[in-house]
Amino acid sequence: MKIRVSYSKLGKIRFTGHRDVAHMWERTLRKAGIAVAMSVGFTPRPKMAFGLALPTGAESLIELIDITLDPVSGATVDDLDSIAQRLSTSLPVGMSVTGIRECAGTEVSLQEGVVATTWVMLVAEPENGPDIATAIERVNSSAEVLLARERKGEKHLDDIRPGILELRLADAELMSSLPADWIGESVGHAIVATLTTSGRGIRPTELVEVLVPESDPPINPWDHLNRVLRINQWIERDGERVDVLTGRAAHTSVSA
Amino acid sequence: MTSLWSRLEPLLARVRKPARYIGCEDGAIVPQHGHGKVAWLLAYPDVYEVGLPNQGLQILYEILNERPDAVAERTYAPWVDLEALMRERGIPLFSVDSHRAAEDFDILAFNLSSELVFTNLLNMVDLAGVPVRAELRSPTDPLVMIGGHAAFNPEPMADFIDVAVLGEGEEVIGEITEVVREWKASGRTEGSRLAVLKALAQIPGVYVPSLYGVEYDGDHIREIKPLYAGIPERVMKRTVSDLGDWDYPRRPLAPLTEVVHDRLAVEVFRGCTRGCRFCQAGMITRPVRERPAEQVRSMIVDGLQRTGYNEVSLTSLSTADFSGIESVITSIVPDPTACGAPTVSLPSLRVDAFTVGLAAKVAGGRRSGLTFAPEAGTWRLRTVINKLITEEDLYGAVESAFASGWSRAKLYFLTGLPTETDIDTQGIIDLAAGCVAVGKRHTGRANVTVSIGGFVPKSHTPFQWFGQNSVPELRRKIGLVRDAATKTKGVNVKWHDPSASLAEGLASRGDRRIGAVIERVWRDGGVFQEWSEYFKLDRWLDAMAAEGLSPDFYITRHRDEKEILPWHHLSAGLHQDFLWQDWRASLNEFGLEDCRWTPCYDCGVCTGDGLEHIVASPIPPAGGSQGTGQDLSRGGITPVTLRTKSSVGAT
Repeated sequence: MKIRVSYSKLGKIRFTGHRDVAHMWERTLRKAGIAVAMSVGFTPRPKMAFGLALPTGAESLIELIDITLDPVSGATVDDLDSIAQRLSTSLPVGMSVTGIRECAGTEVSLQEGVVATTWVMLVAEPENGPDIATAIERVNSSAEVLLARERKGEKHLDDIRPGILELRLADAELMSSLPADWIGESVGHAIVATLTTSGRGIRPTELVEVLVPESDPPINPWDHLNRVLRINQWIERDGERVDVLTGRAAHTSVSA
Repeated sequence: MTSLWSRLEPLLARVRKPARYIGCEDGAIVPQHGHGKVAWLLAYPDVYEVGLPNQGLQILYEILNERPDAVAERTYAPWVDLEALMRERGIPLFSVDSHRAAEDFDILAFNLSSELVFTNLLNMVDLAGVPVRAELRSPTDPLVMIGGHAAFNPEPMADFIDVAVLGEGEEVIGEITEVVREWKASGRTEGSRLAVLKALAQIPGVYVPSLYGVEYDGDHIREIKPLYAGIPERVMKRTVSDLGDWDYPRRPLAPLTEVVHDRLAVEVFRGCTRGCRFCQAGMITRPVRERPAEQVRSMIVDGLQRTGYNEVSLTSLSTADFSGIESVITSIVPDPTACGAPTVSLPSLRVDAFTVGLAAKVAGGRRSGLTFAPEAGTWRLRTVINKLITEEDLYGAVESAFASGWSRAKLYFLTGLPTETDIDTQGIIDLAAGCVAVGKRHTGRANVTVSIGGFVPKSHTPFQWFGQNSVPELRRKIGLVRDAATKTKGVNVKWHDPSASLAEGLASRGDRRIGAVIERVWRDGGVFQEWSEYFKLDRWLDAMAAEGLSPDFYITRHRDEKEILPWHHLSAGLHQDFLWQDWRASLNEFGLEDCRWTPCYDCGVCTGDGLEHIVASPIPPAGGSQGTGQDLSRGGITPVTLRTKSSVGAT
């Protein structure tokens, strides 16, 4: 049986990287005594497939992993609750299971299927230049937003506007639904952004670069980005963006 | 006593590998600081990835936190990127457990596993906001302590440390805690620092450099003696008598990010009596104390279950010598309850066919390369260094490795050994070529990598009197090996530039006058000296010149029997006579068998400390052991003998 597990990554552990998380899962599954199917070959690896990498330093309410259980274990859908509980107990502090379901072998992989993710970002107001609200308005009303990025050692000017599917200030209702520690300690404007992940994709730090004024030397986006939290991952089904785990349609409209 | 986390947090996304600074490992404790408790900050003066796996630190961390009167947290050297941000913003050195400032602890205890980290210690003390020179510290400053192998000659660090602890820490840390607890209770009043240091000096194994005076006669030391009545003239190292009483770590730390030894480690024995004369670890950790095999097994099973690791390293100075090795391996490898048939790794392999048999048992499908350490190229030189491996042993081991499916062997050698000539250096390539010839009988892909390091003589060894080879001489010898290798098919050579061996040699056998050199190197930005990208030889040479000190006097000069060495007043238990005789025996090319299974040579350790070897088996392990039962007069003339494939496996 293959299972799709969603989990959160919050707090200090956000400073671990994608590879670190892969190793944590390997150890967690062994600690929890959950038998995972192994690949064949000289160095058998547990059959796990991760979703999109979460940038080091970013937090998430919804990270995803597909795990193929060892058929010998005889686990069925009835065991899912207990598996989720054992995983949460064995995961490091800051990570816990938020959802689990059986995953049909025909489902598209997380790497290919996820087309966009939604972020809440706490951005510090720039000291000079337009404020964040104005910057958001400017991005939303522009047909083109250029960002200098490096590809194979060369600088390219990319238009990232098509990849910004949603950009707005976060409303109070959304903020009150977030983990308490998350909003408590932080400062800055809370903004919501849905960014495309296909192709090169857009990182939250790259969005910050277009929201704050250019400077020389170039800004470190982390000087402005106090916290960043992934709150949704989307796949496309019948031309509509739906939540990857629940299959519910996006309730936010795509601003164009 | 507040957490620095809120000030650190905004910096972490901007530095490399921020997971180094967050703690949160499996096995980490939630520190319970309290009024009467002595707070220890256990520090490793290198980056987190190198320091986290250190077993000594993990053991003390756990033992201290079990005590009702102590609490311990950990810290590691921040990498240069974070250090720059910390200094810019005035953030002091912090613990990774609760991100508390270092100066909030009573004791800053550094684990020193190499001399090249000395400058990092200065840097961390400075980052902690504590005066780097011990004489400038006040009663409110923490006590700065060192321990570990590189603390056996603490003299170059005498100006910077309050206390050096010689030997094993399990017992002595409790005794130190009690003295410091009293000091704390008395209010750490003005002038009380000297009193607490005097009290600490009464504890066996504890050395307080500031309580001793060194007098010089020109360049040489005339006398080292206590400055106060009641301070011991000689400090003896500490040794726990039975490793079975100390089954630590019980809650091994499993980090959230990759570290250098990313697996469970279980120490199977401590000490080594093979008597390799270049090896400081073997000399200072005597006698041999094995852990009961049953305890090894339960530590493996518990440790794997706790951490989720599926690999365990059985650690010691020569793991194949552990008398329970076969029973442990045969019961662990196929045991599905032991976290699903874990991989066992055996570091420090002995050179013989028996050992290869063990390696084959634990290797599973992964047979990338096997490493052996003959250390010297000819039998003559191997009798000098007392690494009594015959060519037959080596070729037998290599034969059996290639026959069992390995296609690569790695051979470790030292260069710059006493009495070494270019014949010995050429012998390195001859041995490697012989191994390739053996391997080619089994696989066309057979190849051998020679890894070569410059020898640095260490204190408390028979080679403590030997003048280290100069950097140009080491370079020349490495060059000889490289040239010879280019003409030899199937042999590759790996080497490190030997320039750092000068700094290591200086710090290893230096006296108190070297402290000024270390301070200059540190003030000039010389941190992370173990990292070749941060090592600059000129920094050390310039600092020597500025202090008017001679590299020849400290590094390349042979010492004589009468000379008072800087660690004269410190003892690893070895009789000075034994070391000197062993040095003479070495120069006479006379090998010494392993004393576990032969009569005692009276090196002084067992008799002096009322200890004895704890070895479960009264007979030497199969496959020969450091000359035991071998005719030591032969070797060096043994031709390469190739056995047929069918006879392999019987060994």
